[in-house]
Amino acid sequence: MKHLAFAAGLLGASAAFAETSELIVYTYDSFVSDWGPGPAVEKAFEEVCGCDLKLVGTGDGAALLARVKLEGERSDADVVLGLDTNLTAAAKETGLFADHSVSADFALPVEWNDATFVPYDWGYFAFVHNADAAAPADFRALAASDQKIVIQDPRSSTPGLGLLLWVKAAYGDEAPEIWRGLSDNVVTVTKGWSEAYGMFLEGEADMVLSYTTSPAYHLIAEEDSSKAAAAFDEGHYMQVEVAGKLAASDQPELADQFLAFMVSDAFQSIIPTTNWMYPAVTPAAGLPEGFGTLIAPEKSLLLDETEAADVREAALGEWLDALSH
Amino acid sequence: MAGRAQPLSAFSGVSAALLVAALILGTLGAVAFRAEAGTGLAASDWAALQFTLTQACLSALLSVGLAVPVARALARQRFPGRTLLVALLGAPFILPVIVAILGLLAVFGRAGWLSGLLGLFGLEPVQIYGLHGVVLAHVFFNLPLATRLFLQGWQEIPAERFRQAAQLDAGPLAMWRLLEGPMLRRVAPGALAVVFAISLSSFAVALTLGGGPRATTIELAIYQAFRFDFDLGRAALLSGMQLLLTGAAALVALRVSSGEGFGAGLDRAVRRWDGQGALARSMDCFWIVLSGAFLLLPLAAIVLAGLPGAASLNASVWQAAGNSILVAALSTAILLMLALPMAAAVAAGRSGVTELSGILGLAASPLVIGTGLFILIYPIADPFALALPVTALVNAVMALPFAMRILVPRARDVLRRYGRLSLSLDMQGWAFVRRVYLPRMRAQTGFAAGLAAALSMGDLGVVALFADPEFATLPLQIYRLMGAYRMEAAAGAALVLLMLSMGVFWILDRGGRWHAEA
Repeated sequence: MKHLAFAAGLLGASAAFAETSELIVYTYDSFVSDWGPGPAVEKAFEEVCGCDLKLVGTGDGAALLARVKLEGERSDADVVLGLDTNLTAAAKETGLFADHSVSADFALPVEWNDATFVPYDWGYFAFVHNADAAAPADFRALAASDQKIVIQDPRSSTPGLGLLLWVKAAYGDEAPEIWRGLSDNVVTVTKGWSEAYGMFLEGEADMVLSYTTSPAYHLIAEEDSSKAAAAFDEGHYMQVEVAGKLAASDQPELADQFLAFMVSDAFQSIIPTTNWMYPAVTPAAGLPEGFGTLIAPEKSLLLDETEAADVREAALGEWLDALSH
Repeated sequence: MAGRAQPLSAFSGVSAALLVAALILGTLGAVAFRAEAGTGLAASDWAALQFTLTQACLSALLSVGLAVPVARALARQRFPGRTLLVALLGAPFILPVIVAILGLLAVFGRAGWLSGLLGLFGLEPVQIYGLHGVVLAHVFFNLPLATRLFLQGWQEIPAERFRQAAQLDAGPLAMWRLLEGPMLRRVAPGALAVVFAISLSSFAVALTLGGGPRATTIELAIYQAFRFDFDLGRAALLSGMQLLLTGAAALVALRVSSGEGFGAGLDRAVRRWDGQGALARSMDCFWIVLSGAFLLLPLAAIVLAGLPGAASLNASVWQAAGNSILVAALSTAILLMLALPMAAAVAAGRSGVTELSGILGLAASPLVIGTGLFILIYPIADPFALALPVTALVNAVMALPFAMRILVPRARDVLRRYGRLSLSLDMQGWAFVRRVYLPRMRAQTGFAAGLAAALSMGDLGVVALFADPEFATLPLQIYRLMGAYRMEAAAGAALVLLMLSMGVFWILDRGGRWHAEA
C-alpha cells in the first residue's frame, strides 16, 4: 500500500516532492483484518488524500479506549475509529479528543448531534437463531421458553455490555427480574463475540447474541438463508460506532479530511459487506441486496452516553447477582 | 548440596533468573505506578479468588493423578504407534483456547458426539457447563503435560537400574518402592505446581465452560479492571495476588519435592522387564485407550472441522503462519538461553530464587505484562516496531516454568554424577558445559525446546496488544477470521496451526532423543 501512496503523492501536482504525510488511525482489530473494511478504506482514502493512511488495530472497542488512555497526549494516533456510544462519555472525559466540523445526512434511527464524535456505522443487537426454528417475540417470552442462549460477558466484550444496556433500557428497574428469568436459558457466557458465535454454529445453543445484520453475512457471502434474527417487541438496542480526532494530532487537517471522507459515499459503500453493519449515511447505490430481508425493529433503544455511563456499573451488579444464583 | 565445589558457576543462571523476575515484577510495577487511586478489591474479587482456587486445585489433582497411571503404562509398554501417540499427547497443550474449546464441545457439548451416542440409548445429553466442565477442559490441557513430565521421570531412571531390578526379580511392590515411588515423589510436586498455576491464570476456559459469571477467575477480574473500569491499580493488585498464590504453591512444591536422583547410567536404551504380566498389561491398555480417546477425539474433531476450510486458505493465513514460525524460533532460542543456565544454577545449589522466578511466568497475566511493557517501551520506542522481539521474549518467559520442570531433575543428576569427576580432571566452566552438561541434557533440551516452540506458536497473549496489522501471528489470524464470520476458514487455519505446532514439537523433541528407547 505504501508504493500506492507514493505514486499518489508523485501524481499530486503541488506535493510532488514533499514528504508524504502519514495519518495514523487507531481502530479495532476486525476493522483492519483482510476481511474487514480496512484494506478497501485505506486504498480509497489514499487515492484522494495524497497521504499514507496507517490503520492500527488494537483488540476491540474497549481495548481501543484503554490504549488511548494509556498513551495519553503523546499518542501517535490522529484519529480513533471504533468507539461506541457506551464508551464516548469516558472518552470525552479524558479531554484528549477535539471537536469535529463534519455534517452529513445521517441515516440513523436516532438524532445525532455530537460535537466530538462522528458516527460511521450502526446496528441493532439481536438474538440470531436458525431460521427454521420458532423464536420468542420478547425477553419475557424468551425467559419463559426453554430456548438456550449464548451471550457474551459485559466485562470483556462490547456486545455483552450492549445486552446489559438493552435490558436496562427496555425494562429499567425490572431488569434484575428479567435477568433472573433468563438465567436458566443462558447456556454459558463467553469472553467475546467470536467464541459465542462459534458455539452457536456448532449447535451448542438455540440462539446467540449478535446483530440483526448477521443473517445478511450468511445470505450474501455464503448464499445461506438458514439464519434469522429474532424481532423483539420491546425494541432493539443500538450500537452506533463513531470516530473522533485527537486534540494532540500533528495532522489536524488530514484528520478532518479523514472524518469527512468517512461519511462520504466511497467509505460508506464499503461498510455493509465488510463490517456487516448499517452505513451511517446511506450510499447512493442504496444498501446491498440481502439487507432488505433483515428484520427492521419498530423501536430503537439507545441510552445516551451519560445515561449509559451512569447505569453501567449498577446494571453489571444486577447482572452478576441474577446469574450467580 | 550448597557449598560443595561445582564445575559450573551459578552466576549466569542466577543472572537469567533475575532478568526474568525483573521483567515480570517490573511490568507489574509499571502498571501499578501508572495507576491513579483505584477502588481496591471488591467483594466479587474475593468470590473470584475462591472459585479460582477451587478449580485450580481440582484441575491440578485430577490432571496429575490421572497422569501417573497413563505415564506408567506408556513407560513400560511398547506397541506400534507409541511414539506417535506420545507426540500427539503434546497437542492439546498448545492450541489456542477457542479452538480447543470448540474441539471439546464437538465431543462433550450439548450437540456433541457423546450426547449423540447417549441419545441413541434414550439418555439425556451430557451437561458440560459448570465447574466440572472447567476441570474437564483443564485436564484436557494439562494431562498431556503431566504425563510427559512423568514419562520423562521414568526415562531418567537409568537402564541399568531396570536390569538390576529384573535380575533381582523385583515384584511390582518392590519396583514401586525402589524405583517408581521415589521418582514420583520427585516429579509430582513440581507437576502439581505447574498445573495449578496454569489453571490459576486461565480465564477464557473458565468463563466459556463455567456456564456464567459464577465461574469468574482472577484473570477475568484483571480483564474487567482494564477494560470495563480502566482501573490499573486494581489490575495490578489482582495480578500481584495471582503471583503470590503461584509463588506460594511453587514454594510448597519445592519444599516437598525431595529425594535423591538415580545416578547416571551409561545411556543404554532402556529395556523393561516388568509390567508384562496379563493383569499389568490389561491395566496399562485400559489407561492408554482411555487417555488416548479423551485427548485424541477432540483433536480429531478439530481436524475434521478444519479439512473443508484448509484447502481454500488465503495468502494472509500463510503469511501469519510464517510470522508464527519466526516468533516460535526466536522464542525458543531465548528460552534455551535462559533455561539452560538457570537449570544449571539450580543443580549447583542456587535453587530458591532461580526456581521461583522460573515459575512466576505461569502466574503473570499476559494482559498485565503486555500493558506494563507498553508503558515501559512507549516513551523510548515504537511498540509496534518491537512486536516480534517482545512477543518472543514474553512467550519464552511463559514457557520457562515448563522448561525448568523438564531440565532441572536431569541437570541435578548430571552435576551429582559428573561434578566430582570433572573437578578432579580440572574440567570446569565452558569446557564442562560443552563436554558434559549440554550433551547429557540433549534429550531434555529437545523436549523443552519443542514445548516452548509449540507453546509460542499457539500463544495469543501479548501479541494482541502489540500487533501491527502487517504482523499477525496465526492464532491472531484465527481470531480475526472468526471475528469476520469466516468460521470455516478459521477452522482450516486452526488445523494448519495444529500441524505446525505438532510438527515443530516433534522435530525438536525427536532431535533431542538420540538414545531412542522406542
